[in-house]
Amino acid sequence: MTETSAQNLTGRQDVVSFRLAEQDFCIDINVVREIRGWTPTTALPHAQSYVKGVINLRGSVVAVVDLAARLGLGTTAPTARHVIIIVTLGRQTVGVLADVVSDILTIGEEHMKPVPELASEVARDFITSVITFEDGRMLRRIDLGRVLPELSPSLSPEASRGQVPVPA
Amino acid sequence: MSGLDDLRITFFQECEDLLEQLGEGLRVLEASEAAPDIETVHAVFRAVHSIKGGAGAFALNDLVTFAHLFETVLDHLRSGRMAASAPLMATLLRSGDFLADLVANARDGVAPDAGRMRALLAELDALADAEGGPGHDGEDTEPFDFVPMGLDLDLGPMPDAAAEAGDATAESESGSAGGYLIRFRPHAAMYGTGNEPAALLRALARLGTVQVTADLSAVRPLTRFDPGETQLAWQLRLDTDASRSEVEAVFEFVEDVVSLDITSLPRGEGSPAAGPTDQPPAPDLGPPAPVSMGDAPADLPATAQQRPPATVRPLPSPPDATDSAVPAEPAPRVPASVDTSPDAGAGVAAPTAATAGNVTPLAAPATIRVNLDRVDRLINLIGELVIMEAMLSQVIGEAGISADSDVANGLDGIKQLASEIQESVMAIRAQPLKPVFQRMHRIVREASEATGKGARLVTLGENTEVDKTVIERLVDPLTHMIRNAVDHGLEDAESRRAAGKPAEGTITLSAAHRSGRVVIEVADDGGGIDRPRVKSIAERKGLIPAGAQLSPTEIDNLLFMPGFSSKAEVSALSGRGVGLDVVRREIAALGGRVAIESVPGRGTTFTIALPLTLAVLEGMLVSFGGETMVLPISAIVETLHAGTATIHPIGLTGRVLANRSELIPIIDLATAFGLARERKKSQPGVLIVVECEAGRRAALEVDHIHDQRQVVIKSLEENYGSVPGISAATILGDGRIALIVDPEEIVSTAAPDPLSPLLAETV
Repeated sequence: MTETSAQNLTGRQDVVSFRLAEQDFCIDINVVREIRGWTPTTALPHAQSYVKGVINLRGSVVAVVDLAARLGLGTTAPTARHVIIIVTLGRQTVGVLADVVSDILTIGEEHMKPVPELASEVARDFITSVITFEDGRMLRRIDLGRVLPELSPSLSPEASRGQVPVPA
Repeated sequence: MSGLDDLRITFFQECEDLLEQLGEGLRVLEASEAAPDIETVHAVFRAVHSIKGGAGAFALNDLVTFAHLFETVLDHLRSGRMAASAPLMATLLRSGDFLADLVANARDGVAPDAGRMRALLAELDALADAEGGPGHDGEDTEPFDFVPMGLDLDLGPMPDAAAEAGDATAESESGSAGGYLIRFRPHAAMYGTGNEPAALLRALARLGTVQVTADLSAVRPLTRFDPGETQLAWQLRLDTDASRSEVEAVFEFVEDVVSLDITSLPRGEGSPAAGPTDQPPAPDLGPPAPVSMGDAPADLPATAQQRPPATVRPLPSPPDATDSAVPAEPAPRVPASVDTSPDAGAGVAAPTAATAGNVTPLAAPATIRVNLDRVDRLINLIGELVIMEAMLSQVIGEAGISADSDVANGLDGIKQLASEIQESVMAIRAQPLKPVFQRMHRIVREASEATGKGARLVTLGENTEVDKTVIERLVDPLTHMIRNAVDHGLEDAESRRAAGKPAEGTITLSAAHRSGRVVIEVADDGGGIDRPRVKSIAERKGLIPAGAQLSPTEIDNLLFMPGFSSKAEVSALSGRGVGLDVVRREIAALGGRVAIESVPGRGTTFTIALPLTLAVLEGMLVSFGGETMVLPISAIVETLHAGTATIHPIGLTGRVLANRSELIPIIDLATAFGLARERKKSQPGVLIVVECEAGRRAALEVDHIHDQRQVVIKSLEENYGSVPGISAATILGDGRIALIVDPEEIVSTAAPDPLSPLLAETV
């Protein structure tokens, strides 16, 4: 479970894990472009409530999403210690606001477990699988394409069609 | 095959330039039809010839066929055997247009309009036969020899073509030879058979004195070097007493594998060759056309002076040599007349220079073709540099470093450099409007033919430069407006005469820079807008309520309303259901505005005001609801302090501003963008009056106005999507993003009904 190079052994995947509202999450490392400190955003009018605004990423305008708010875990009040994970979804570049980035892990497929049947929570729609560790920690694996369909309409049409409750 | 594809692309790019030269030349000729300027005729001829040459290389047969006949007719004009006349010019202009079509067809791989081609070919053929005299047949059968100079990047007038044509026509079998001009191009097969050009040249040298010039015009750059291809050719001038057969004998063993062209030269001026009279005489390349002298690879200077043996007519006295207005001008081609000709190019075309290699005697500015993507990348990078510089200067300011310090001074220097670089890079993208304007000549011509109304186009300020993308997107709206001007603007000839105007209408297309914008005007001298009719049509179509009271300007602006087409019957020309509303939308998409002005009986003028570039916007920095945004200056009419302005409430939330007898609805931007619920009455802001489509006005209320500055436009759509009321984003000096407000959208969403009584109209 330690950091390894990104050589894709069959059935193993590299993920970036981060913390959000006291919970551990991870995303596929392939979509991550860079991780940067929080910078104040410019608010976007008529935007979804979880879109914090836009930042200047070396000359490009990049929207920052409060992932906690998107997952229904409450809004984040960002401080200088928060981080923005810059990810590429399809052709779009998006910033994801997280409390802290913890690690880069290589996970075998056998460790990925289906999401337990829980009460219907917004978060369940986005978590594709969970990974448990011997020390009791649990990682929730997120499919960002499902989380942010409005920002990347081209990515997963079926996700944007129904599963995701779209706030008016 | 990509190498060939590259060449093809280059060819078509060049065709564009050549067609432009052609069109321009033909128009000049048309204007001065009585006494055609021989230089212009040459330029036109060269353009057609070069297109033919390139087309031959790509086996574009239709193009070659047409260009060849076109060229033949032009050659008659050039040689003075055919006088320029109005019908001839009309045919030539039509042929020029069709040639452009053929080039476009060839480029797109579309079959040309066979009917039109036949008709025009017949027309040209008739001209070539009827007035061409004996020259026609001779040239028609003459094998077309292709020298791929069409790929030369020198886009100036090409002397090669004319000279080459001259050479070709100077082919001669006869003459009491004092020497020979030998053009010799080995084929690959010659090297394959083990022959060596140097040996041949040495063999020739044994016959007499030889001057050899290598023709490097076909040599490709090393990057595209093809070892299997022969690229070298030679021009030799052989001074000898040997007979022609002796010279030919040298090439005996290679004659199947070389291109050989042996021309007998007269023995100086004392023995004017009994030149074949059935050849188009070359002397039209005489004194007024010293260009022929500069064609170094094609001509040795001495031969050029002596070569044209066709000058067998009784020579006029020398003064005639400079009289270019005499159409049939067999210039005396004694060597001296060339060297001492006042036009001889002041040494540029001097023999020494001419032998030195590729000397172009024309001082056309050197140009290169650059992929637009590269320029755009550079522009983006410069944009970054400017932003970085602004950030740096802010940090330095915050760090409390004194303004006299070296750091601050250095930063000032960088600032200055950065803005200069930005300007220069923007200038790279800027292109003269000329190509677009030139296309409009054809539009007028066609529109005039289709409607039967005589019309001519006058262009002014066609060298005005605008950003390349603006130019490209200007073609459609301009085409539409020009057609519109001919079709709807101009009256028919009878009404014009009755009104005391010349029967032929004039459309004036002009461009000028005015306070950081480009202003383009399309003016006709027609009858002006028939306002009662426009109004009744609008009423009938339900665009306005019946009996509405509208000012003249308001009526004029009805033309821009979607669904308005004033022509009673849909004409083939401009009545395609596409109205001026589309023009207005397209111009608006370019950040520009269209205005209309009409004087009854005197004509109508459409004025387009455009930004110089799409990459940078002149904006006003405003803040409201805690956010800073940018308002495009182009939309702003005036600003007022809300505290001192006369504001009337209407209903519960509506407010209007009374400003100079105008009632303007007020839109609070903070509320419109959902940043605040309602403006506190105790904090009056600033009102910015903006003007939108069709002269609609609104007053946008903000908290503060900060600054007016140029901002670099950044796309929001790329990584996010469109935001209602926002057109794009930009990056401020501190690196933060500011959004650019789209007043048009704000106004139309805040008050969607265009003729709502709440909305004021322009006065």
